[in-house]
Amino acid sequence: MRRLLSKNMRERATVVVAMSGGVDSSVTAALLVEQGYTVIGLMLRLWAACSSQSNRCCTPDSVVAARQVAAQLGIPFYVRDYREPFRRIVVEYFISTYAAGRTPNPCIICNERIRFGLLLEEALNLGAQYLATGHYARVRRTEEGAYQLLRGKDTAKDQSYVLHRLNQWQLQHVLFPLGDWLKSDVRQKALCQGLPVYDRAESQDLCFAGENGDYRAFIAQYAPHLLHPGPLLDTRGNLLGQHRGLAFYTIGQRRGLGIARARPMYVTQLDTARNTVIVGGAEELGRDELFASEVHYISGQKPASPVRVTARIRYKASDVPATLTCLEGDRIHLKFDRPLRDITPGQAVVFYQGDVVLGGGFIE
Amino acid sequence: MGVMSYILEKRPKRLIYLDHSASTPIDSRVLKAMMPFLAEQYGNPSGLHSQARALASALDRARTEVAEVLGCKPKEVIFTSCGTESDNLAIRGIAFSAARAGKGQHIITSACEHHAVSHTIKHLCEHFGFQQTVVPVDRYGLIDPADVKRAIRSDTVLISVIYANNEIGTIQPLAEIGEIGRQLGIPVHTDAVQAGGYLDLNVDRLRVDLLSLSGHKFYAPKGVGVLYVREGIPLLPQQTGGGHEGGRRAGTENVPYIVGLATALKLAQDIRSVENGRLIQLRDRLIRGVQAALPDAQLTGHPTQRLPHHASFVIPGVDASTLLMHLDLAGICAASGSACNTGMSEPSSILLAMGIPPQLALGALRLTLGRSTTMDDIETVLEVLPTIVERLRTTHPNE
Repeated sequence: MRRLLSKNMRERATVVVAMSGGVDSSVTAALLVEQGYTVIGLMLRLWAACSSQSNRCCTPDSVVAARQVAAQLGIPFYVRDYREPFRRIVVEYFISTYAAGRTPNPCIICNERIRFGLLLEEALNLGAQYLATGHYARVRRTEEGAYQLLRGKDTAKDQSYVLHRLNQWQLQHVLFPLGDWLKSDVRQKALCQGLPVYDRAESQDLCFAGENGDYRAFIAQYAPHLLHPGPLLDTRGNLLGQHRGLAFYTIGQRRGLGIARARPMYVTQLDTARNTVIVGGAEELGRDELFASEVHYISGQKPASPVRVTARIRYKASDVPATLTCLEGDRIHLKFDRPLRDITPGQAVVFYQGDVVLGGGFIE
Repeated sequence: MGVMSYILEKRPKRLIYLDHSASTPIDSRVLKAMMPFLAEQYGNPSGLHSQARALASALDRARTEVAEVLGCKPKEVIFTSCGTESDNLAIRGIAFSAARAGKGQHIITSACEHHAVSHTIKHLCEHFGFQQTVVPVDRYGLIDPADVKRAIRSDTVLISVIYANNEIGTIQPLAEIGEIGRQLGIPVHTDAVQAGGYLDLNVDRLRVDLLSLSGHKFYAPKGVGVLYVREGIPLLPQQTGGGHEGGRRAGTENVPYIVGLATALKLAQDIRSVENGRLIQLRDRLIRGVQAALPDAQLTGHPTQRLPHHASFVIPGVDASTLLMHLDLAGICAASGSACNTGMSEPSSILLAMGIPPQLALGALRLTLGRSTTMDDIETVLEVLPTIVERLRTTHPNE
């Protein structure tokens, strides 16, 4: 047990559960009720690009599902209007990051500022001691009283990457009851209890961009300058053709470049200043180092460096051993043991020691 | 307030239900009157055998009882499925009938109508070529009958104004408006859904030609309503089939619910002079108490010309949906205006029409009392509400 609460204490503790109508948050709520907490279900209504459509985190169907789960568990349930803060914080971040030629990860900002920011404040304001979500990650309190963030036990579903910006205060007030669970067991538990067992789209999709999460259609509406065609060059500056707009390309992309070459070509760089896409062969793609900024450490303190870590440069990438060196301010340098193909500016890099998340930042 | 919240400490022993404008419980006497028709007597009133006759006779009695309350002929009473259906049948039935007769396509309504009226007229305008004039309301939500008179055109075919508003409780000068229509021969419809249990429903005194009621606002079940249509007013049916309800509303009559509605309406009208006095006393204690505890809370609607059970406010610096959630967790059922639980905060168009700024309108609170409400309930609300408001004002999660 991560929190050594006696049953008596749990009966008094109130927990707000962020509910989505999906299997994970439903089982989360069910577990907390079983454990004797006083549970309140909240669902966030988030902003959607098209007012006639719902954000895919809160479609009418998922509201019905979440409400039914709450009724079945006998807990109060409320849908909260977070459209405006979501637009102001997450969507603006997404658009401005894209406009700067970087590849954003809105889930990370949503978790940091919306779920474990505004929603956590709202939960505490309601008199709850904790906010619980269905994330696959674990929180551990050390003997010194510090909070650590750990990978979920189910490594295939681990979501610690998108939670790496949580601070000590946030970790003190969150519960991740599924951290010790395997997804298959969660599904089984849901079946046993007659809870909804469908999955929503995985979280790397863009929940706010409308049908199919097509971010290009979204960009066409909100950042149309990223759809202006421009030159497509190789790394030596030779003109190979025209690109269709920077929004259609990402680092490491091979398909849809519209150029015929004997060997496979990959996007190696997006130059927003010159509206240019630069491509190269596989050997030009790989890099064995990166700089990151806006680095956040879970402990709140810089580690003694250089320090050996494993690092993850995308949500679904696997860890790569690396040496981390803290630089001035909130920057770091990472030297990987082997070159990586798809180091993408704007994406988060998260570093671990074993299962423990040290922290992370945004790739420069 | 310490770490432990009012959720745990201040939660009242019993649920305090202050949302009677949204719906009321079924009165036990009403349920008793309905039971035979739910359990033993199941015929179709259109048949000729003994079971059918029993139902037909219950239906006749119910129609007569409703007619007595309205001061009209039984055949002028149409039973429907709800207040919204009654409004739709009245407005569409008159509008299409008049348009077909070449009388015109202009409808007059007000800025403080329920969506059942305003969206129905909007639909006629957007899809069927009708035009509307929406007369304004003053800061109390009152319509000036002179504005209605001024809005009349040669092609005006219907005036539809609410009797008493659901969000703000203001009672309109209906008889004056009715008189204007009567003198010019223009049918006047009123949505009396909120007024049903509390106000005079005599259609001659009110000078109206069509009047909508909904059973569940006065302790009858959900799923049954009334439309009164004055004899001689041409109404094009909107639901066709068998010749039920004088050919004006096809569909087998929902006899148990109709019996329930008639019983409840009669009961409400019988006790209203006494019950209204009791409710006004509670309501005024509530209003004064809220204003004393929260001096910047503003009463919405008219201070005296309002429904006896209805108290509504706008509270600066508070988001209504957040406030309602906190009240609910404290065991108090309240509303912000019309029923809505979609998680979308939009300012009420009625509050905006009264000149209340949009930001302030998002802090609307409606407390509507009922037969079970006691002075203890009111005192509990006056203890809990200011605590919650204070708490919400010191933290603004969404700002």
